[in-house]
Amino acid sequence: MKAHVAKYPADRSRSALIPLLFVVQRERGGWLDNPGVNFLAKFLDLEVTDVWETATFYSMFNLRPIGRHHIQICKTLSCKIMGEPDITDHICSKLGIKPGETTDDGKFTVTMVECLGSCGTAPMMQIGFDYYEDLTLEKVDKILSDCK
Amino acid sequence: MEIKALGCEPLSLRRVFIKDGHTLDVYRKDGGYKSLKKAMTMTQDAIIQEVKDSALRGRGGAGFPTGMKWSFVPRDNPKPKYIVCNADESEPGSFKDRYLMEYDPHALIEGMLIAGFALGSNTGYIYGRGEYRYLLDIMDVAIKEAREAGILGEKVLGNKDFSFDLHTHTGAGAYICGEETALLSSLEGFRGHPRMKPPFPAIEGLYASPTIVNNVETLTSIPQIIEMGGIKWRDLGTEKSGGTKLWSISGHVKKPGVYELPMGYADMEKFIMKDCGGMLRKDKDLKAVIPGGSSVYIMNAGQIIGQNVTLDYEGLVAAGSMLGTGGMMVMDETVDIMESTKNLTEFYKHESCGWCTPCREGTDWLVKIFNRISTGEGRPEDAQLLLDICDNMEGKSFCPLADAAAWPIQSAIRQFPGDFKKWLFDNVSSNGVKPNVQ
Repeated sequence: MKAHVAKYPADRSRSALIPLLFVVQRERGGWLDNPGVNFLAKFLDLEVTDVWETATFYSMFNLRPIGRHHIQICKTLSCKIMGEPDITDHICSKLGIKPGETTDDGKFTVTMVECLGSCGTAPMMQIGFDYYEDLTLEKVDKILSDCK
Repeated sequence: MEIKALGCEPLSLRRVFIKDGHTLDVYRKDGGYKSLKKAMTMTQDAIIQEVKDSALRGRGGAGFPTGMKWSFVPRDNPKPKYIVCNADESEPGSFKDRYLMEYDPHALIEGMLIAGFALGSNTGYIYGRGEYRYLLDIMDVAIKEAREAGILGEKVLGNKDFSFDLHTHTGAGAYICGEETALLSSLEGFRGHPRMKPPFPAIEGLYASPTIVNNVETLTSIPQIIEMGGIKWRDLGTEKSGGTKLWSISGHVKKPGVYELPMGYADMEKFIMKDCGGMLRKDKDLKAVIPGGSSVYIMNAGQIIGQNVTLDYEGLVAAGSMLGTGGMMVMDETVDIMESTKNLTEFYKHESCGWCTPCREGTDWLVKIFNRISTGEGRPEDAQLLLDICDNMEGKSFCPLADAAAWPIQSAIRQFPGDFKKWLFDNVSSNGVKPNVQ
């Protein structure tokens, strides 16, 4: 965590807030809980509300528990016209959940997200930080069965 | 997906075709960091003049002349100065910067070093969108290599008067952070709200210090310009639009991908129908193209076919749109333009940062009206209502996001009135599909 702070001028440690929120999110099992945020506020010498103020702005910070595999399907135009609706229906019916929900066993969460910058290889999704592009229904089946 | 250069030697894409071009060794063998050495023998003014001569315009979408932007930095200001790379590529339709960082990270580092030398800066940050974690990892490896080789850090390449260090910084999922002042707020650890301009970042940017924010493609062009000389680089393109440009092309074409074209490439029809393999489905005609990322005016086929539209800033303006980021989205006749415009409006609603009322409320109202239309509840006066809301957003917010939300709608209603009429009067889409009411 100190390596992140060291990137910025000494009196500007707040700049490390977003990178460190990712660290806290990872350490707290994929979402930002109160103990994690309180710890980070103390570490950066910020008010707890300062940390929440920033954290709640960005879509990649999860404010409630999330499945082990976070499936984020791009729903923006190029993906949409290249077959995203079929991919989404397939994934959701296979997992038995709707976008925004988590499977009962806590393994998968499906979220619809805006453009991830893979329009040339649409349709696509991101699981965790990994990109999966040029999706077909067969590819999706394989990717999901490879998720442990 | 294709990655290739047409009508020119690959310049920005050069290292894509060289094995291990992303490593320092190969980059150096290929002439890498020679431009930095050359720049360090030049005066700061001479470097800025070369960039001005090159007619390089910002490749992030706004197209502001880079050399002019650099000349705004007050070099006698005693505060530290910062070079910030905008790698927050989030414009729907745009995916070129990804490949530059993946295949040619050292070109970006070299471009930032030259900018740092020219502007008297000792620190740079690469602000990458949060989803591009793997690219920031690639950049971190390249930065480490450069540091260990004495290229970054104290005394760059042994020059005792120039130190420059570089760090990556991650965003966390917010389109607005591609706007330079919002990016700086985010880099300081705050919500990504844009700031009032002036003061412009060149005068008061990061930590209220003079700051230059440039796009990845802009910065990777800098070593090319120093190597070739500004005028020679400019002449690859046209007098007003210098050099080469990366185009990201997606949607209903056979060969989507990233293409490097000289500015002024003729013409748009040939590019889509021949170079990119033509329509994905042979029996479907071209209906619409958004040529420069989602925020520019949509074009109908009649504005492209037989019109000799040249691919540069001026050519696309003359054709009724804009170059933007060069993120070209191609749609065939199966796409209903009311629905495609609704999709983009949902994007802008999600990405509005909420700071300015016209944008926050406007995008929300627009989506509500689109929802009503797409469930068969549209009213004949809704097209005019959409345009009225756009009027109340355009030019009435701190940053251009409100404009970016308004332009696709205004142009869609102008160029595809039939698609809207079908929905508003007959409550069906242009393809005859009835709304799905649940």
